[in-house]
Amino acid sequence: MIRKLNGLKAAGVAATMLFALPATAAECIAPADPGGGWDFTCREVGRLLSEQGLVDGNMQVTNMPGGVGAVAYANVAGKRADDAELLVATSTVGITQIAQGKYPAGTDAMRWLAMLGADVGTIAVAKDSEIQSLDDLMARLKEDPTSVVTSGSSGAGGWDHIRLLLLAQAGEVEGLDQIRWVQFDGGSPAVTQMMGGQVDLVSTDLGEIKGFVESGDIRVLALLSDQPVSAFPDLPTAKSQGYDVTGYNWRGFYTGGEVGDDDYAAWVDKLKTLYDSEGWQETAKASGLEPIWRGGEEFSAYVAEQEEQMAEISRQIGVIQ
Amino acid sequence: MEILSSLWSGFAVAALPINLALIFGGCFAGTLIGALPGLGPVNGVAILIPLTFAFGLDATSSMILLSAVYYGCMYGGRISAILLNIPGDEPAIMTTLDGYPMAKKGQAADALAISGLASFIGATLATIGLTLFAPMLAKAAIHFGPSDYFALYVMAFATIGGITGTDPRKTLLAAMLGLMLGTVGLDPSTGVARYTFGSFNLYDGFDPIVALVGLFAISEILFFLEERAHGGGLVPPGRVFPRFSRVREGLGASLRGSLIGFVAGILPGAGASLGAVMSYSFEKRLSDKGTFGQGDPRGVAAPEAGNNAASGGALIPMLTLGVPGSGTTAVMLAMLISLNIQPGPLLFQRSPDLVWGLVAALYLANLVLLILNLPLIGMFTRVLGLPAWCLMPLVVAISYLGVYAITHAAFDLMVMVGFGILGFVLRKLEFSLVPVVLGLLLGMDMENNLRRALSISGGDFTILVESPIAVTIYVLTIAFLALSLWLSRRSIVPTPS
Repeated sequence: MIRKLNGLKAAGVAATMLFALPATAAECIAPADPGGGWDFTCREVGRLLSEQGLVDGNMQVTNMPGGVGAVAYANVAGKRADDAELLVATSTVGITQIAQGKYPAGTDAMRWLAMLGADVGTIAVAKDSEIQSLDDLMARLKEDPTSVVTSGSSGAGGWDHIRLLLLAQAGEVEGLDQIRWVQFDGGSPAVTQMMGGQVDLVSTDLGEIKGFVESGDIRVLALLSDQPVSAFPDLPTAKSQGYDVTGYNWRGFYTGGEVGDDDYAAWVDKLKTLYDSEGWQETAKASGLEPIWRGGEEFSAYVAEQEEQMAEISRQIGVIQ
Repeated sequence: MEILSSLWSGFAVAALPINLALIFGGCFAGTLIGALPGLGPVNGVAILIPLTFAFGLDATSSMILLSAVYYGCMYGGRISAILLNIPGDEPAIMTTLDGYPMAKKGQAADALAISGLASFIGATLATIGLTLFAPMLAKAAIHFGPSDYFALYVMAFATIGGITGTDPRKTLLAAMLGLMLGTVGLDPSTGVARYTFGSFNLYDGFDPIVALVGLFAISEILFFLEERAHGGGLVPPGRVFPRFSRVREGLGASLRGSLIGFVAGILPGAGASLGAVMSYSFEKRLSDKGTFGQGDPRGVAAPEAGNNAASGGALIPMLTLGVPGSGTTAVMLAMLISLNIQPGPLLFQRSPDLVWGLVAALYLANLVLLILNLPLIGMFTRVLGLPAWCLMPLVVAISYLGVYAITHAAFDLMVMVGFGILGFVLRKLEFSLVPVVLGLLLGMDMENNLRRALSISGGDFTILVESPIAVTIYVLTIAFLALSLWLSRRSIVPTPS
């Protein structure tokens, strides 16, 4: 859901534009069109923040699509770096872009508030696929990296692609750049193309394809999480099969780089209160997110570290020089 | 007769007073949103999402409201297309081709009535198709692979040459220009920036809606300014009430357009614009006696039936698979998720109330829209009676507002003006603007599917003709072109009189 759905070019109207809701101060920028993961993060967190009285009135959600978040990043860095009332939704996808130099600045240009949950990377095949297990997949790829047509909802070098390659790397597959990768406009279109026999494998977020896991139309070879997930305790992780790879897609927020320490700490506190609430725990699970908390300095360090890791992987697979 | 009993219980849900009120309100709001240039169904639905939370609506009522708005927008998009030559949203571009000439002849009321009825027929037939065949059609649609989609777009482009009255070479050139403009932005399959000149604002390319408003609305204003200087006038309001005899002429075209539009709608990603284009070009080939483009009622009926049927069709992959068939359904899916309803293949089993309540609501929404739209025709045509000093600034203001509301970026306003000037120049050179927008709109999807097909095959082009579906489409395209060539030859032969 996090990525742009192609048909969805023409959207993004702030709720308050045409309907006079009470005047608000707090604003959340979703750097994408309505309907995607970032939009969801803003709207759901915004709703819960105002329901729980953590912000006054309604939180205004502004869609600012463009360049997989780069337009919003440039806008905040240039014009609203000290706006303490501003949250911007982001995720692992945004960090991947930053690491590959596709944003106007590095992660140090912003203050990173917190992550509230993460979607779990999933490697799946059609229910009648010849590929029986993760080991079987690796064996096929080792023999001929072009033999399996893989797909997901990001372009080549995007997070869906990278985490599949990480897994292949752990499986000692040679010639990672020869593996065929097909981009679709989301996880569910990729799965339906797989069901139609066009591609052999899908790598994407579990939350996007939950419905197909439940209906039994696809078989999950591996989840890229440390532990099995609560919604599907029977699905195997890559780790349990001897591949030490995780691939989360976390959801969180940043704010401008010149926001003061007090305001920064206040946002982290509010988000922590929200995270601990039953409302968020339920919302997160319903949308396929595992609630995971990292906030404040810990989160900032995590983001910086992830930026470095991503850059390293991107160099290895030749996405950046 | 399980379907009938399910549908019956669906009507019980839809007929709750709250849901009836939502259908009515949604249809009305949707018609207005659709009529405003720039604001289309995606925006309309997105605007209403916070409202559904504010009212604390349950999932079924929320979906009913959003679908009513969605259907309403598809009706509304045609109004400004006919009256002002400014399509309210992308699928309505085809309606300008014959709708506006009708208005110029003083037949605005007829055109509105025809398009209203065609919309009703298209949407209702699509809803019937959805009721009876949804799961089956969804199963068929998943066998449509990237190379088949590519073939479909090739077919659409092959027929573009004939859709406008002007020189086919100019039409093709205009489509080419649109295709070129469509390559601006991040390449989706590799993430490489193309023709962006380092500007992040261009990373997502030109939004077709922004281009559309610029090309049509802004250039129309520029034209008006020029004509004013030479003493030109506005479109006459003409008759206020439609004539039944004119409306009847569009019936056959509505039925044919509905079928084509419905098929385009079921295929995820193809959507309403493709439905409208195919319906129009098919109808033109079939029935044109030199009247298309001059204000032929069938040229209004076919694309309107097509785009409304396509929006009904787009609900099929959404409800049966959880796959968005269009931008609007993508927003609706996101809405479902935030209401704790998991879209996907099990939706019919798990939430029968929601699905069948929604389907029943669609029937009612169609009826409401027809009833709502026919009496409003008189009101809409009176818009043309507004003095120019009032109407034209209003159009400018709405265009700016609508475009700004999409991205909140002043940059897009400049893009819009740029497209306005481009549109003005092209029209001066007697190019039709419709193929430019189609090139931009369909070109991106055409390229994406070509790239996907080639990624699958590892760069081997034979994949494009390996699928029987694709081959069938190519054969139809060739037959279609041969037929039109033969027809045009025949029409050149002077008829003895």
